[in-house]
Amino acid sequence: MTEVELRVKPIKNGTVIDHIAGGQALNVLKILGISGTTDATVSVVMNVESSKLGKKDIVKVEDRELKEEEVNRIALIAPDATINIIRDFLVIEKHLVDLPDLIIGVVRCQNPSCISNTEEPIESRMLVKTKNPVVLRCVYCEQPITDRIADYLI
Amino acid sequence: MFKKRHVLSMRDFSREEIDSVLDLASDLEPYAHGKKSNMLSGKILALLFFEPSTRTRMSFETAMKRLGGGVINLGPAEGSSISKGESLADTVRVIGGYADALVIRHPKEGSARLASEFSPVPVLNAGDGAGHHPTQTLLDLYTINKESHLEDLSIALVGDLKYGRTVHSLAYALSLYGADITLVSPPTLRMPDQIKSDLSSKNTKVRETCDLSEVIRNVDVLYMTRIQRERFPDPVEYKKVARSYRITPEYLEGVRDNLIIMHPLPRVDEISPSVDSTKHAMYFKQTFYGVTVRMALLKMLMGDESYEVAELTPKTG
Repeated sequence: MTEVELRVKPIKNGTVIDHIAGGQALNVLKILGISGTTDATVSVVMNVESSKLGKKDIVKVEDRELKEEEVNRIALIAPDATINIIRDFLVIEKHLVDLPDLIIGVVRCQNPSCISNTEEPIESRMLVKTKNPVVLRCVYCEQPITDRIADYLI
Repeated sequence: MFKKRHVLSMRDFSREEIDSVLDLASDLEPYAHGKKSNMLSGKILALLFFEPSTRTRMSFETAMKRLGGGVINLGPAEGSSISKGESLADTVRVIGGYADALVIRHPKEGSARLASEFSPVPVLNAGDGAGHHPTQTLLDLYTINKESHLEDLSIALVGDLKYGRTVHSLAYALSLYGADITLVSPPTLRMPDQIKSDLSSKNTKVRETCDLSEVIRNVDVLYMTRIQRERFPDPVEYKKVARSYRITPEYLEGVRDNLIIMHPLPRVDEISPSVDSTKHAMYFKQTFYGVTVRMALLKMLMGDESYEVAELTPKTG
């Protein structure tokens, strides 16, 4: 067993999100809608050594198999993340995250003059222009968003 | 062929769709001059201007009335439902029940797109903050097509290219025609990189310079914009810049014989009034063409015989 695996014990059932860019694990939880009041058993490992990323974070969510559309949004801040679905200690599914073409209600527009930042009854909508690096464009004001995406998570 | 339900942003338009608007506008020009028409008789256009506007509002109103239709106005926002805190979404749903199309100008960017999602009838964007003003771009293209040429065009966009929304939309639309574009501005008011990269990705030739005299003799169209005083913290610097982009009859010596000068207006100092009487001045005709182009759009969106199947989800590319 490697040192990384020893930090948190293997889970029996659930989802393991690996290769999250170092320091982004809490934002990943935010995107997944997992807050401090969750009932789920969640383990977070931050800033461990990674040959691929330098430093990486790992998130393990027990007894919950995250759906593809839920996890794909993670690619906004962790384009290299891998998703492992675990059943009875075995990885039964493993895939990379892939951003959808349209992201609804996840990222706030950075333009303070955008109508989506007012009290109107709409959700933010972002078109994905490029996936790596991530470039978004607000459907409403059409302004591009290229950096500090994590700061604008809803 | 034009199959749009809304007119929100030039990004939604293909070159073919632009051409179809320009073609119809050309057919309708006699009606803009006063020839009687009942093409939109019985139709009502609602003007929702949440910001002051003279020429755009009156131009839409004229276009609708020239085609035999009626116009209703939002009126001043004070005392209306908006001042009571009603959302734009609700306002649009309500007024959309009274009219056959809505024209909206609003200070927030993206407001026209939002309106289109809630409106039961077509929405035309008449300017959303620093965002888009597609009917201005279409009338600019119409003017270029009519008074110069869109094919193999060499054009200089001059002045405030950073904040001026008309030049952003126009440059984007011209890139669909493969125009040769020279951007002339002071260094502090250069066109944003994001807009430029959108242009170069369409194989358009784009050059940048601060010196207008370098390019004025080599273009077919000179598109002037106003440089606003408030963009410069130092009034001396403003005066220096403003003077270097001022067109006078003397400055026009040696230009191409068929050069046309355009301006979205209002102008301040950038074009001397003595240029108005030269054959190059096209800016007043340009505003007249605004009526023609808006007539074409209104007819396309509301005219019964040419109303195509509604494209309910606007394309956002």
